[in-house]
Amino acid sequence: MSLIQLPSLRSALRATFVRELRIAGRNLAELANPWIFFIAVTLFVPLGLSAESKVLSVFGGGLVWILALLSVLLSLERIFQRDYDNGSLEQSILSGQPMYWLVSVKVFAHWCLTGLPLALLSPLLATMFAVPLKGWLALFLSLLFGGLAMSYVGALGAAMTVALRRGGLLISLIIIPFYLPLLIFGSEAVRSAQIGNPYVPHVMVLIAMAIFSVLFAPLAIGGALTVSMRE
Amino acid sequence: MPLFSALSARWNSGDIVQILGANGSGKTTFLRLLAGLLRPHSGTVLFDGFAPESYECRSAMLYLGHQTGVELSLSPRENLEWYFALNGDKSGESMSAASVDFGALFDRVGLRGYEDVPCYQLSAGQQRRVALARLFRSNAPLWILDEPFTSIDKRGVGALVERIEEHAKSGGLVLLTSHQAWRDGCKSLDLEAYRGGVRR
Amino acid sequence: MAWQWFHQLGSPKWFYDKTGPWLPWIGCSAILLFAIGIVWGMGYAPAERLQGNSYRIMYVHFPASAVSLGGYYVMAIAGAVGLIWRIKMGFMVMKSAAMIGAVMTFLSLATGSIWAKPTWGAYWVWDARILFMLILLLLYIGIILLMETYRNQDSADFMVAILALVGTVLVPVIYKSVDWWYSLHQTASIKLTGKSAIDASMARPLIFTITSAYVAYAWFVIYNARTEVLFRERKTKWVKDLLAKG
Repeated sequence: MSLIQLPSLRSALRATFVRELRIAGRNLAELANPWIFFIAVTLFVPLGLSAESKVLSVFGGGLVWILALLSVLLSLERIFQRDYDNGSLEQSILSGQPMYWLVSVKVFAHWCLTGLPLALLSPLLATMFAVPLKGWLALFLSLLFGGLAMSYVGALGAAMTVALRRGGLLISLIIIPFYLPLLIFGSEAVRSAQIGNPYVPHVMVLIAMAIFSVLFAPLAIGGALTVSMRE
Repeated sequence: MPLFSALSARWNSGDIVQILGANGSGKTTFLRLLAGLLRPHSGTVLFDGFAPESYECRSAMLYLGHQTGVELSLSPRENLEWYFALNGDKSGESMSAASVDFGALFDRVGLRGYEDVPCYQLSAGQQRRVALARLFRSNAPLWILDEPFTSIDKRGVGALVERIEEHAKSGGLVLLTSHQAWRDGCKSLDLEAYRGGVRR
Repeated sequence: MAWQWFHQLGSPKWFYDKTGPWLPWIGCSAILLFAIGIVWGMGYAPAERLQGNSYRIMYVHFPASAVSLGGYYVMAIAGAVGLIWRIKMGFMVMKSAAMIGAVMTFLSLATGSIWAKPTWGAYWVWDARILFMLILLLLYIGIILLMETYRNQDSADFMVAILALVGTVLVPVIYKSVDWWYSLHQTASIKLTGKSAIDASMARPLIFTITSAYVAYAWFVIYNARTEVLFRERKTKWVKDLLAKG
């Protein structure tokens, strides 16, 4: 077989990233689902628990984190399901481009559409949940890096269930244990910051978890997708 | 119960091979096996000595499966831009998506005027043609086509047959399934003969 | 030489034949060890200073916890063997270990809960270890459900093996995180009646029960794996002959 040159990895990844954003932009209803959930529960909290700032601020950071986790969980199915159903995933795999990078870019795009906006909107969320100003930076940083880990680890759950018809809830069951460390360190970061304690070590742990998942999750995800193709 | 066993075949560049078999005899499964998407329980598939999952093989292969690989919320142009950004034309020279003359391509598959319409607004046949457009630009040495003529009208079938033969003549190997019998000059493999572990 | 043995172990029939005679021995040892440990622990070990006699449930609780955590690694290693060396037997052991592990984890939670009531006044307390056992149970259930939901056996095997391996890496992380979290949020009441150092006279029967738990675990996994072998190989001649013999 004569040596065949595939287009550069850069062009492939750029095209994949652009495609992800385009598809998201054309399917806003799908994109909005986790956000709608987030808004709905934000209304439930003051009505169902307490509207007092003093009480809310004790839990505020943790509540935002819980809601962030749940909304990301809801958005995970989206990552691979469309492409699996219409055959695009197949085509990406068969293109010959390295799966590791194709997968990583897809998940990164997912973060850009979930975790990143969440982090950027964190001041707004902090206000609604009465998180004192001292905790805002911690909330932002923890959501930023925690969100990255959430997308990469969550994508693994999505990859494992993409070939199953009713995979939705199974993703959550598989992924929840893996999300718990993120929740622990994320909410603790905000709590510490609120009372004036150091929170940077907590954020460091989240950064480490994010780096680890970004580096290694695509390997497992690639394996899971390959197996899913065999169904 | 194995779909087929004790199957052995050899093909060369320039061959057009039609895989025959009744519905449900495993034609799609067989093609997916050849493409490296499935693994056989025993036996090997090799192209020029390379396994189908290898980089050498994938960079030389074009697969057209049951599913079109067309994203419905994107336009034909966007779909093909993405496809060629990943695959290129799989010929000996490097290629950039910019070098694809989309106008001419859409002419050949009869999608002129629909290039920038989201694919969900197209008919099933038109969506299929978006996928087929790849064939008219790709020079991948190995083509694996599962029912390429589905939903295509007579004129389209003629153009496609012409393209396939042109590709085979320039050295490509084409493996396909189809309900229509191919013209003469085509090898075939009948899966019925290898069904269920019974040698016939 | 050892390699040949390793690959031989991969043959389901070989596994079935070889483990047959082992089972009764393993089973008897497990029962014997457990009997010694339980009788000693329940009857002869002294009463604990703060908890009185209720601490004795630990003779069942600790073994269950140890086995459920260790069992996770057995499952993951079996899965890795199947994944890396393509040895089908690995997957069968993995599946077997998953089920037993889940049961053991549940047992640990149940006995832990029973222990919690007299010790801390409530059936459920958010203690680091109970929480970790619950997480472990979720992991096991996720794996079992994943296994059951895939119709294709091979896909199920591979997918679950990948998941178990990922878990292997993350389980220590989860454990450390939960531990750390607990150390921050320990409430005074839990600290008071917490884990006082276990006196030697109380610990000795524990050695027996924990060991018996590992042995019993081995018995259950082997037994379950044998059933799995019979099921998966049901179309082969040797199984048909075996079943015909009754």
